[in-house]
Amino acid sequence: MKAAIVTFPGTNRERDMALALKCATGRAPAMLWHRDTALPAGLDLVVLPGGFSYGDYLRCGAMAAQSPIMQAIHDFAARGGHVLGVCNGFQMLCEAQLLPGALLKNAALRFLSMDCHLRVERADTPFTRGFAPGAVFRATMAHGDGNYFADAATLDALEAEGRVVLRYATPDGAVSPAANRNGSQRNIAGLCSANRRVFGLMPHPENQVDPLIDGTDGLPMFTGLAAAFA
Amino acid sequence: MTPNLLAADRARQLAAEFGLKPDEYDRVLAILGRVPALTELGIFSVMWSEHCSYKSSRVWLRTLPTKAPWVIHGPGENAGAIDIGDGLAAIFKMESHNHPSFIEPYQGAATGVGGILRDVFTMGARPIANLNALRFGTPDAPRMKAIIDGVVRGIGGYGNCVGVPTVGGEVNFHPAYNGNPLVNAMTVGIAPADRIFLSAAAGIGNPVVYLGSKTGRDGIHGATMASAEFSADSEEKRPTVQIGDPFAEKLLIEACLELMQTDAIVAIQDMGAAGLTSSSVEMAGKGGVGIELDLDHVPQRESGMTAYEMMLSESQERMLMILKPGREAMAEAIFRKWELDFAIIGRLTDTGRIVIRHRGVIEADIPLAPLESEAPLYTRPTVETPKLPPLGPVADPCGLAAALERLVASPDLCSRRWIWDQYDSMVGGQTARRPGAADAAVVRIEDHQRALAMTTDCTPRYCLADPEEGGRQAVAEAWRNLTAVGATPLAITDNMNFGNPEKPEIMGQFAAAVRGMSAACTALDFPVVSGNVSLYNETEGRAILPTPAIGGVGVLADVGQAVGLALSPGCDLVLVGESCGWLGQSLWLREIAGQEAGPPPPVDLAAERRNGDFVRARILAGEVAACHDLSDGGLLVGVAEMAMAGATGAQLTVAPPAGLAPHAFWFGEDQARYVVAVTDGAAFCRAAQLAGVPALPLGRSGGEALVLPDGETISVARLSAAHEATLPALMA
Repeated sequence: MKAAIVTFPGTNRERDMALALKCATGRAPAMLWHRDTALPAGLDLVVLPGGFSYGDYLRCGAMAAQSPIMQAIHDFAARGGHVLGVCNGFQMLCEAQLLPGALLKNAALRFLSMDCHLRVERADTPFTRGFAPGAVFRATMAHGDGNYFADAATLDALEAEGRVVLRYATPDGAVSPAANRNGSQRNIAGLCSANRRVFGLMPHPENQVDPLIDGTDGLPMFTGLAAAFA
Repeated sequence: MTPNLLAADRARQLAAEFGLKPDEYDRVLAILGRVPALTELGIFSVMWSEHCSYKSSRVWLRTLPTKAPWVIHGPGENAGAIDIGDGLAAIFKMESHNHPSFIEPYQGAATGVGGILRDVFTMGARPIANLNALRFGTPDAPRMKAIIDGVVRGIGGYGNCVGVPTVGGEVNFHPAYNGNPLVNAMTVGIAPADRIFLSAAAGIGNPVVYLGSKTGRDGIHGATMASAEFSADSEEKRPTVQIGDPFAEKLLIEACLELMQTDAIVAIQDMGAAGLTSSSVEMAGKGGVGIELDLDHVPQRESGMTAYEMMLSESQERMLMILKPGREAMAEAIFRKWELDFAIIGRLTDTGRIVIRHRGVIEADIPLAPLESEAPLYTRPTVETPKLPPLGPVADPCGLAAALERLVASPDLCSRRWIWDQYDSMVGGQTARRPGAADAAVVRIEDHQRALAMTTDCTPRYCLADPEEGGRQAVAEAWRNLTAVGATPLAITDNMNFGNPEKPEIMGQFAAAVRGMSAACTALDFPVVSGNVSLYNETEGRAILPTPAIGGVGVLADVGQAVGLALSPGCDLVLVGESCGWLGQSLWLREIAGQEAGPPPPVDLAAERRNGDFVRARILAGEVAACHDLSDGGLLVGVAEMAMAGATGAQLTVAPPAGLAPHAFWFGEDQARYVVAVTDGAAFCRAAQLAGVPALPLGRSGGEALVLPDGETISVARLSAAHEATLPALMA
């Protein structure tokens, strides 16, 4: 798999993501700069990593969505390229209208840094094929604005098209209000585009890829991606 | 050409307003040989403030042990640096932002984090962890909930955004902090041991470069404010608090580290307290050169700023750098790429003077050497804290289980989850032990097996009762916490928080604490490599508890060897160290018996060393499943903390040693003790006996409850519920 990570001013989980991709593929991903206007040739996956692009001083991801590289990412996605947005990257994908909806402030109006559990609603995407359908895995969440919102019609359409990929759940897989710490509509933690190739999620599976650090719950996302492009 | 001088009367009056004592102002006159200009008076007053000059504390700080074969840079640089092997240096420091955090909690705490980060990355280190040591008043004191909330949000808001994990720290509550909370922030970074950047300017004619954010009118005289007591009009000091911009800091980190990959930098220092003044004076002073600045070139956020305002501004996220000639364009390109200001604002000279020009006028012209050498230095009078009489027998009013449930829910022992859930502890992908999982945080170094262990410690109530014993205990506990995860403790940073040094009893506390710390540092080979002093922590004449907060750093050769404190079933529990049932100044005494009395537990440094070295060796041999040092609350609280962390119970079968009351045995706070969970308790105890280390089998882990020797049973779930409920309820 040939992967690249985009760094924006204020991005701060690009190294975590590079580590996870390297764990799965054995190869360091290319690092791109937000002012780049073209992507490297032959790329399989572009990642928009977590962080506080432009300090989150405007709506999270809104400034980054206007970066020069975003036109190239739009074109890449339109050609069927795979795009992964994590946390601030998910917010950028929504701001860039590559995914529907928006990420609002957490319901409790506080930054939340804790483990959460994610139920895999679809295991037939390139991003979740490493998991069994219905599997539950643990991931770190660390965000102030992860409260997924879309209007009811959009949510119904997302459900009907099977685009809800991950939901916040209890460790035994119950999708309950108690498991939904940031207040997301319908416990949505991650969703994909209609062609399943653009995927955004709030939690950080890239922080659970090493048994010596915090377990390997998130590793199947990256090994699955590597297998998809093997 | 001389600057526009102040009228003599006006100058003397202003000097007093700026915090200079009359005799200090007389020294200014002697150095200049004339009345100062306004900007000059501003420079003298901040450089000679307690905050910048350490004038009351230096004579004592000099006595601290600062050397060891692994120390690369001790106190005197922006932060301390130690060799941790693999060609790497750990660079770290702790610093207070107490006064600003009281006036404006969010920004005060946020800029505290920002400032300490800059002290570390200015030396070429990538920050890998933040910790914070917080002391608050009682939550029902006026404004206190807002202060706690603002401080926690401020630390999180800054640390989360810059992307440095906040991995540990400590919190105490005591009414002595009602009018003066403490916010001590610590940053640890990693640099190649042979590429550490220092601050001494060199090279006559070399350009002086201003980096980072623009200069505004915020924080003017912040250092002076931090060198005075508070009174009822503290609200009026709000404009002296700086405003943080963590986004700019993140860009500054990346730009500086990128430039540091080249050979362009001669010297670099952040603009912290006293901003452009302290950075330019200290860099030129250390290098023995002169410096000329033209303030017309300083990037400014507001129009019409005067030289005085620019020199005294404490606007955040700024650095001063001396470049090699000819590297300006390359360096500027890096800073422009990161969308930061870059301006050449002056040159180094051979005059030995600092000369400030603004709009073609000389605003200051001061000889640098006397600014430092003639700085006030006080050996202030001290009065020893009287020793407290021994504590007599104290009856147990409620039994062990009831006391335990109350203790684990008390503010000083309850779960800190409400706080750490607001701090990103995982960013960077290297956090192997996060808050609550172990006695010290453990963070692996990227691309290495090696890991650092980090902790902050101090028990202020011990320090009040006996400052020397308290100073010894703070250092010993930091050493113990690092040991308890398997790390080899290497060095400390200290953050000395005390009241008004002009009061002999306060200065006596300071001197005694330093004596105790020195003894412990020496005995444990645990030198001080950096630190910070915060005095005048008083409001309306009431001082805080003496709080010498210790930040300790240790190393693990292999992150896989680290152990946490969470209990798992099927282990033998063994107590390491001797128990005498010391209840003086214990939390049991305060929370259950309602007394703050007696001397604190004595620290036997030889026993600390022997017991700790033994425990560490067993951990590194892979024989220990979990380990926890015993401190606040004593043995039963320690076991309960292990049980709650692992959601596993234990059957405790040990009988108290002869002559000890059960409550004294289970809640006494004797030092130099650990509880370990091991697979073979008998073998562990035999090894301890061979090493001359006291070891006592306590029982066995398993089940869902703590079962006490007398049959009393309390479920771990019930303890956890009490432990977790306190802080959310206090902050609701």
